[in-house]
Amino acid sequence: MNIKRALRVWQRNATVYRKLYRSSLALNFLEPMLYLIALGYGLGGFIKEINGLSYIEFIAPGIIMSSAMYAASYECTYGTYVRMEYQKTFDAVLATPIIFNELVLGELLWGATKSLIYGSIIIIVISLFGLVKSSFVLFLIPFIFFCGLIFASLSLIATALVPGIDSFNYFYTLILTPLFLFSGIFFPLEEMPEIVLSIAKINPLLHLVNIARAFCYGNIERAILTDLFYVLIYLIILLPLPFLLLKRRYLL
Amino acid sequence: MDSVTGENLVKYYKNFKALDSVSFTIQEGECFGFLGANGAGKTTLMNMIYGFISPTSGRIQIFDKELNKKTLPEIKRIIGVVPQDNNLDPDLSVIENLLVYARYFDIKRKEALKRAEELLNFVDLYKWKQTNIRKLSGGMKRKLTFIRGLINDPEILILDEPTTGLDPRSRRQIWDRIEMLKHSGKTIILTTHYMEEAEKLCDKIAIMGKGKILVIDTPQNLSIQFSGNLEKVYLNMTED
Repeated sequence: MNIKRALRVWQRNATVYRKLYRSSLALNFLEPMLYLIALGYGLGGFIKEINGLSYIEFIAPGIIMSSAMYAASYECTYGTYVRMEYQKTFDAVLATPIIFNELVLGELLWGATKSLIYGSIIIIVISLFGLVKSSFVLFLIPFIFFCGLIFASLSLIATALVPGIDSFNYFYTLILTPLFLFSGIFFPLEEMPEIVLSIAKINPLLHLVNIARAFCYGNIERAILTDLFYVLIYLIILLPLPFLLLKRRYLL
Repeated sequence: MDSVTGENLVKYYKNFKALDSVSFTIQEGECFGFLGANGAGKTTLMNMIYGFISPTSGRIQIFDKELNKKTLPEIKRIIGVVPQDNNLDPDLSVIENLLVYARYFDIKRKEALKRAEELLNFVDLYKWKQTNIRKLSGGMKRKLTFIRGLINDPEILILDEPTTGLDPRSRRQIWDRIEMLKHSGKTIILTTHYMEEAEKLCDKIAIMGKGKILVIDTPQNLSIQFSGNLEKVYLNMTED
């Protein structure tokens, strides 16, 4: 595998994105803002504080990660699926010096780049809201990218397995939505029943949200080592799978 | 020098045998045509030559290199592919299609632009260069797919039904270009349903049926041998 050739695939997607970003950027960015304003200020009016943070302060760091998660996921489910099955972009690319694994790596890196773009914009916006209290937040940037890699991998796995494009509904409803809701973005999970808590521990987004909160407020404790460990494990487990599964689906 | 050699190529799709021990040798600078009914295995074979489909058994040699995982990128670098379906990039304009494709071959932007504009001029598409692919007619898409396959100045050109769906003038443009490429010593491999096209362009023809090569010869010899024109030969050979 040659990283330079994988970046050619990344570049193709970036070229297309540069033409279209005005419309898509506004949309992807509007949704997290709605959560932040509606819940942060709306619901936040009824909630005193959580772990010493106002409600909007509590949820803002998590929104960085959930935006990153959804950005990579949309890209590597619908985006990749359309390129592979409808537009035949994969066929065209594979007639050039690029080989299949490089194509997959390019898609993966592009998905993570989308996370980086959207996650970073949220950081900028919540900074303008005055919700970032520590310059440690800059260390969050690589973790936004890791978040992107994890969910780009998960999404490409879904892309390799779905029978058709409509089936992504299952992926979003049955996997991403529960991960989003039980990630500790909107409420601390400690109050939940033991069983929920232990299931939630395997949620990669939960660990990414913990890391985001710690870095946004410069409140870095030992517990973060566990979160870092989980992120690393997820990267190791998930990253190889899209290569194997997409190849099985696509190559004859 | 041998440009492309196939040895006992077999391809199974599940239990269906799409290629049945196909062997052939294509010389450098030759135009080699594969004829056969739909489903005879032509496209499978074309896709195999640039590594898009791997054979169940058998081997392919391109110049002095055996086609395998390791040699695939460098072999693909010298091959130009015009697939049967126009898989142009609908997210990009005409010129961007060529430039992005050239980038996959690491062709510098300035050089790519020069080649792209020359090729667009050749097939009368220059004035459409900023147009989105979705707005092109079928014939224009076909011509763009054809020139896209030339952007890397390939030594070997694989043309899978290059002129299907083209009007006579456009077909003539493509033929002229193929003749030009032949004169400059490039190897051309094409599939076609048009006997006229095969007769005009090909130095050698392989007639395929049910995944096998039935005969390989020059168009002239085939016509003489079967005392008729090429169409008659074709219809005779591919009869059930």
